[in-house]
Amino acid sequence: MALLALVPLGYVATYVLIIGPGDLWDLVARPRIAELLRNTVTLAAACMSASVVLGVALAVVVERTDLPGRRLWHGLLVAPLAVPAFVNGYAWISLDRSVHGFGGAFLVVTLSYYPLVYLPVVAMLRRLDPALEESAWSLGHSRARTFRTVVLPQLRPALLGGALLVGLHLLAEFGALSLLRFPTFTTAIYDQYGSTFNGAAATAMAGVLVLLCLFLLLAELRLRGDRRYARVGRGAARASVPVELGRWRAPALAALAAVVVLAIGVPAFSLLRWLAVGTSTEFPMAELTRALVATIVLALAGAVVTTLAAVPVVWLAVRHRGVASTVIERSTYVANALPGIVVGLALVVASLRLVPVVYQTAGLLVAAYAILFLPRAVVTVRAGLEQAPAVLDDVSHSLGVGPLATARRVTLPLIAPSLGAGAALVFLAISTELTATLMLSPIGTRTLATEFWSASSELRYGAAAPYALLLVLVSIPATLLLMRSDSPATQTERVPV
Amino acid sequence: MTTSPRRGAARAGVALASTLLVASTLSGCGVFGSPDLVIYNAQHEQLLDELVPLFEEDSGLDVELRNGKDLEMANQIVEEGTDSPADVFLTENSPAMSIVDNAGLFTELPGSATESIPEQYVPSDRMWTGFLARSTVAMYNTDSMTEADMPASILDFAKPEWKGRVAFSPTGADFQAIVSAVLALEGEQATADWLAGLKENGEIVQNNLVVMQSVDSGEVDAGIAYSYYWYRDRAENGSDSDGSALHFFGDQDPGAFLSVSGAGILASSEHQDAAEEFVTWLTGTEAQQAMAESYALEYPLNPAAKLNPAVKPFDELEPPQVDVAGLNGPQVTDLMTAAGLL
Repeated sequence: MALLALVPLGYVATYVLIIGPGDLWDLVARPRIAELLRNTVTLAAACMSASVVLGVALAVVVERTDLPGRRLWHGLLVAPLAVPAFVNGYAWISLDRSVHGFGGAFLVVTLSYYPLVYLPVVAMLRRLDPALEESAWSLGHSRARTFRTVVLPQLRPALLGGALLVGLHLLAEFGALSLLRFPTFTTAIYDQYGSTFNGAAATAMAGVLVLLCLFLLLAELRLRGDRRYARVGRGAARASVPVELGRWRAPALAALAAVVVLAIGVPAFSLLRWLAVGTSTEFPMAELTRALVATIVLALAGAVVTTLAAVPVVWLAVRHRGVASTVIERSTYVANALPGIVVGLALVVASLRLVPVVYQTAGLLVAAYAILFLPRAVVTVRAGLEQAPAVLDDVSHSLGVGPLATARRVTLPLIAPSLGAGAALVFLAISTELTATLMLSPIGTRTLATEFWSASSELRYGAAAPYALLLVLVSIPATLLLMRSDSPATQTERVPV
Repeated sequence: MTTSPRRGAARAGVALASTLLVASTLSGCGVFGSPDLVIYNAQHEQLLDELVPLFEEDSGLDVELRNGKDLEMANQIVEEGTDSPADVFLTENSPAMSIVDNAGLFTELPGSATESIPEQYVPSDRMWTGFLARSTVAMYNTDSMTEADMPASILDFAKPEWKGRVAFSPTGADFQAIVSAVLALEGEQATADWLAGLKENGEIVQNNLVVMQSVDSGEVDAGIAYSYYWYRDRAENGSDSDGSALHFFGDQDPGAFLSVSGAGILASSEHQDAAEEFVTWLTGTEAQQAMAESYALEYPLNPAAKLNPAVKPFDELEPPQVDVAGLNGPQVTDLMTAAGLL
């Protein structure tokens, strides 16, 4: 399975070798690549910075002040995660055609992705022991200075991790950027694919895109460095004394309201408007149902395969720790940084070259899902298996129960909840996947995402609305899961049994 | 017990393989019973959804439509080779027909399938036939422009005075067909220069509908597309066409290029009779008239069919002479890649 996860990387590497350095240089050293690189890098830098600023500011206001209705605001600020970025792009451009190019892309993508910074920062703020800050105050530091010198450094891992996620999402983003007409590597690869199918130019671009992703991963590792954020003793994660907003209360509320209106209000308004007035619609129940069923079948198959594939990876990593097993586990994380467009392209080319029978089958699409979402399953299943003590297996063995029966009667019941949670996460992720689905779904198979895409890219905004609504509904449970796994209760360190 | 990495991998492999099998079986079950005819359709889905029931009624045959895009489906058929389930292939533009034809996968059409189509829209070896045509056109915004401001040739859009004023969609098969005509008529160097100029001047958008919208809203002064998009919008409610008008190029200019939608029968088809019946029906008067009366507003190629009079009459167009079988798709994408449009 880990091998399968490396197919996309292997494909890019092999293909780059096949193309040969001379031709490759011609394909890479051309003005178009420079233009795409400039677009991609500036947009990534702008969105990551804006998400960090927005994420931290919002988190501090919600967590550390006497703002009224903090729980409600928290929910509203996380809610944009339930609107896939491409649906958000559709919502904006169908309301206002001037939202496009760099400005439009920056606005829409930042509004879609800032919660990826906001959430971990909130979690970190909740876990900090205010005693450290109180010590700083007692030494005469102002609250602002304390924040800068004591709190901010402790937020660093959350910030970097969040910014990394924003960056990776942005590099992989296809739908929103295509609708908003801001070409990046991902959209350009799709255009090449549409015109040349499996041409060398697309692969050369995929190579550059993969390098960008790896660069982000390494930069994050490097910046995070080996600083220690731990302390002796667990401290007490009690609530900090809230800052009194005083006359800043109204401006703070206005700012939060503005963010919520832009991030949730606009897409909701646009969606409802198209549902209500869309001229190109009567509600096509048959097609909606067909797309929904196809989506569910694919997502179920993908969730089962991905979760099953995660089990051996996690088993090795947890129960048989060693260099080899760590490498296998980590290699699946590399796939986490691979955009759907690269995985899609890799599987198109690899299947046509090596196993043409699987091309245009649902199986290939499911394999793509497994590659894309294996990391999510691994993280969840791993948490479960770590809590299932190996000693119970030994006890079972000593009582004369065979290994298979032990797995069935002891281990499986213990890790079943985490398997379920992992499968659920993957199911939800697949339901809204667009890019790889567009490239790999068998001819005639339509999912919610591809139906939405074909309607919205043909400007049939009204016809796209019901699909957009379903995509949002499908995304809500995953968002709730994320919010819950973020609550202080689940974040406290696990006590070894 | 210890589980070796190899065993874990093997287990995962088995799990994966069996699930893949189930998944692909599931996907295969989308069809109940086997159809009498499988059409790989890259023409507009809405059009064939209107047409096919008429054919089914006439013939009593059960037809399965698989919809996709020109190049995607052409390449798919080439990859499937003689195992392809496709009996008939329909495209929007002819370069995709050439891809399948060059792979030697079409079989010669019966005379009945091509007799009602003018000979310039049928390759001389009769491996496929045109059944609809679409005219290249420039749309212009009527607030900022008049017909007199429009250039005599589509090649003029590459001139500096059009900088930032013209929209087009280089990723679509439509525009690429237009480029293939420019290539056939003007040669490689002129095409490369034209593309470089367009790259410099143009507002690049996703598809022809967005071209129309950009022109209509005044975001740009002009756009390159096919005429039927504009007529369709006018026929519906005009919301994206009421601020714009069409400029047809004349005089056999490359900008007057007529792109031909093709129909061909796969040599590997096990339903040759049904396939011949369909293509013959498709080029016959009944189907051609049905297409003429549909929402499509593309030009039927059978002269017996009468199109909506709102559309500029077919015989008033002045298209250049282009060999329908000679349009080169791969060279076009190479040139466009070199120009930085792809």
